Amino acid sequence: MGFEVLLKGNNMLRLLGGLGVALYISLISVAISIFLGIILGALMTLKNPVINVFSRVYLEIVRIMPQMVLLFIVYFGATKVLGLNLSAEVSAVIVFSFWGTAEMSDLVRGALSGIDTIQYESSAALGMNTAQTYFHVIIPQIIRRLIPLSINLITRMIKTTSLVMMIGIVEVLKVGQQIIEANRKSSPNAAFGVFATIFLLYFLACYPISLLSKYLEKKWEN
Amino acid sequence: MDFNVIKDYLPLYIKAFMLTIKIGWIGIALSLGIGVISAFILHFKIPFFSAVVKVYVELFRNTPLLVQLFFVYFGLPKLGISISAEACGAIGLGLLGGSYMAESFRSGLGAVKLSQTESALALGMKKRQLFTSVILPQAITLSVPAVVANLIFLLKETSVFSAISLMDLMFTAKDLIGLYYNTTECLFMLVIFYVIMLLPVSVLGSIVEKKARFKMFGD
Repeated sequence: MGFEVLLKGNNMLRLLGGLGVALYISLISVAISIFLGIILGALMTLKNPVINVFSRVYLEIVRIMPQMVLLFIVYFGATKVLGLNLSAEVSAVIVFSFWGTAEMSDLVRGALSGIDTIQYESSAALGMNTAQTYFHVIIPQIIRRLIPLSINLITRMIKTTSLVMMIGIVEVLKVGQQIIEANRKSSPNAAFGVFATIFLLYFLACYPISLLSKYLEKKWEN
Repeated sequence: MDFNVIKDYLPLYIKAFMLTIKIGWIGIALSLGIGVISAFILHFKIPFFSAVVKVYVELFRNTPLLVQLFFVYFGLPKLGISISAEACGAIGLGLLGGSYMAESFRSGLGAVKLSQTESALALGMKKRQLFTSVILPQAITLSVPAVVANLIFLLKETSVFSAISLMDLMFTAKDLIGLYYNTTECLFMLVIFYVIMLLPVSVLGSIVEKKARFKMFGD
C-alpha cells in the first residue's frame, strides 16, 4: 500500500519537518494578522468615511480573490513590476497576513459593534470612567467573543498554507512528492501511503485546534 | 502592459474560464446535495449514518483541498481507482463543500427556536407538517449567510485545481508565464477573470443575505 516507504531512513521525519514549515509560516502569518486585524477592526468602528471606503474595498478584494492568485501576484508580479526579489517564504507570509488581517478585522469589527450600548451606559451609571469601562467591561467581553474565532482562523491558515508548494516552498506536500519520486522503483505504490499520511497529518494538526475553538465558543456563550 | 499580448491570450483564458466555471458549479451542485443529505442525517440522528457523516465532516473540514485532491488524484489510482482530472476536481470540490454545507445547514436547523416547535405542536400540527412548514423554511433562511460564504469560498478554491494539471485559469496563467514570460499581462488577465467570476456572486450574495435577514421571524 505504500506506507512502508515512510519507515525507510528518515522519511517520516522529513515529512514532519515539511509540516513544520507549513505550521511555521501559518503561525507567523496568524500573529501578524491578529495584531493588524485588531488595529484595523478598531479603526473600522470609528465610522470615518475614508477608512470605511478603504476597508470595504480591501475586504471585497480579499473576499473574491483566491489566495493562490494573490500568492502569484506577490511572488511573480512583485519581481517583474517592482523589481523586488522576495523569497517564497516572505511572499507567503505577506499574502497570508494580507488575507488574515482582513478576516480578523471583520471579526473584531463584528465583536465591537455587537456590544450593546447598555453596557457602556451601565458602566457610566456605576461611575466608571472611560478607561475603567474598557478594561473591566468591554474588553473582557470582546476577548471572549474573539478568542474562539481567532483560533478558528489558525486552522484555516494552516489549511491554506498547503498552497505554498505552488510557489516552490518545500513543505509537507513537496517532501511527499520527493519521497515518492525517490522510491519510484522500490515501492511503486508509495503515492497512496504518502498522501494518505499527509492527509492524516493535516487532520491531526487542525482537528484539536477546531475542537478547542468549538469548546471555548460553547463555554463562553451567554 | 502590452494589449496585443492580452488579445492573443484571450481565447486561451476564455476556454480556461469556461472549464473553471463548469467544474466549479458541478462541484457546488454536488456539495449542496451532499450537504443537505448530511445535515438531515445529523439532524434526525439516524443511527450509524450520523456517525459516518460526523467523521466525514470533521475529516474534510480539517484538511486542505490540495491534500484531498492529491490523495484522490495520485493516491487512489495505486489502489486501482483511476479518475480523470476533471472528475477528480468536481468530486474533490463536492466532498470539501459538502462538509462545509452540512455544517451550515445543520446549524441552520439547530438555530430554529424551540418555541417554534412548541407553538406548532400546540396548534395541533403533525410531525411532518411541523418540519416542512415551520422548521425548514426558517432553517433555510437562517443558513443563507453561511451558504453564500461557502459558495464564494468554493469558487475561490477552484484555483487549486491547477495542481492536478487541470487546464483552469490558474494553470493557464502559470503555463503562459512559463512559456513567454509576459508576467504582468498574464497576472492582470488572471485577476480580471476571477473578478468576472466572483464579483457577481459576491454582490448577489450580499443582496440575498440582506433579503433573508428581513424575512426573519420572531424577535
